[in-house]
Amino acid sequence: MAARPTSPHLSVYRMYRYTLLTSVLNRATGLVLALGLILLVYWLMALAAGPAAYARAAALLGLGVFKIVWLALLAVYSYHLCAGVRHLVWDTGRGLERAQSRASAYLVLIASAVLFVALAAWLLGRGHAA
Amino acid sequence: MSLRSPLGEALGRGAAKAGVHHWWVQRLTAIALVPLASWFAVSLLAMPAHGYATVVAWVGEPWTAVLLLLFVVTAAWHSQLGVRVVIEDYVHGCGMRTVLLALSTYLHVLAAAAGVFAVLRVALGGAA
Repeated sequence: MAARPTSPHLSVYRMYRYTLLTSVLNRATGLVLALGLILLVYWLMALAAGPAAYARAAALLGLGVFKIVWLALLAVYSYHLCAGVRHLVWDTGRGLERAQSRASAYLVLIASAVLFVALAAWLLGRGHAA
Repeated sequence: MSLRSPLGEALGRGAAKAGVHHWWVQRLTAIALVPLASWFAVSLLAMPAHGYATVVAWVGEPWTAVLLLLFVVTAAWHSQLGVRVVIEDYVHGCGMRTVLLALSTYLHVLAAAAGVFAVLRVALGGAA
């Protein structure tokens, strides 16, 4: 292997910078939502396969572990939604100044946290699994 | 003020047509998913229980079926575009990258096809 110049590796970045943090979080939450898509399709296919298949899927998705999965999906959905709206605003050419971008980063974190708490309270308040 | 002609400014900068397609579709699907995903989440949370009969009746409603179809297809499309960018950015081996990109595309098409089929089957009453 020839020793070639390489681009700076992850270790040189300051991971706590809000620009990097919000960007990485948006990508990570998007990837988790892609996994959520698999669950959605599994659920719909079970529904299409009939009552017996649906009962099996409901038993699986109703397991206690999945309460954590639903909460995680609500959390990443809340963040990805708010961060996505921030990106759409950027795409119109607005909010790109450093101060605005910093403010919107905090706004996204706060808004997604509030949204998540509301959705989580709704989910847990239902009293049902799945 | 530049003395270059407008044509001279534009030439050599690459086509701005096909090149922005990925970017543009990612935005279009993102905008569509704001209401679609919110509708889906709220609908499921608002449902008192998720028993077979309840859910089949819900999917069987015309607007539910249409919105569910749009949601599944748009979500799969947006997801495919997003996962693609992540793979392109972080997987550097050319062979591995190509394999992962192809795999991701196949899986997303599979998810969309299965989701569409399932909703249609339930909504059109073909389910057992």
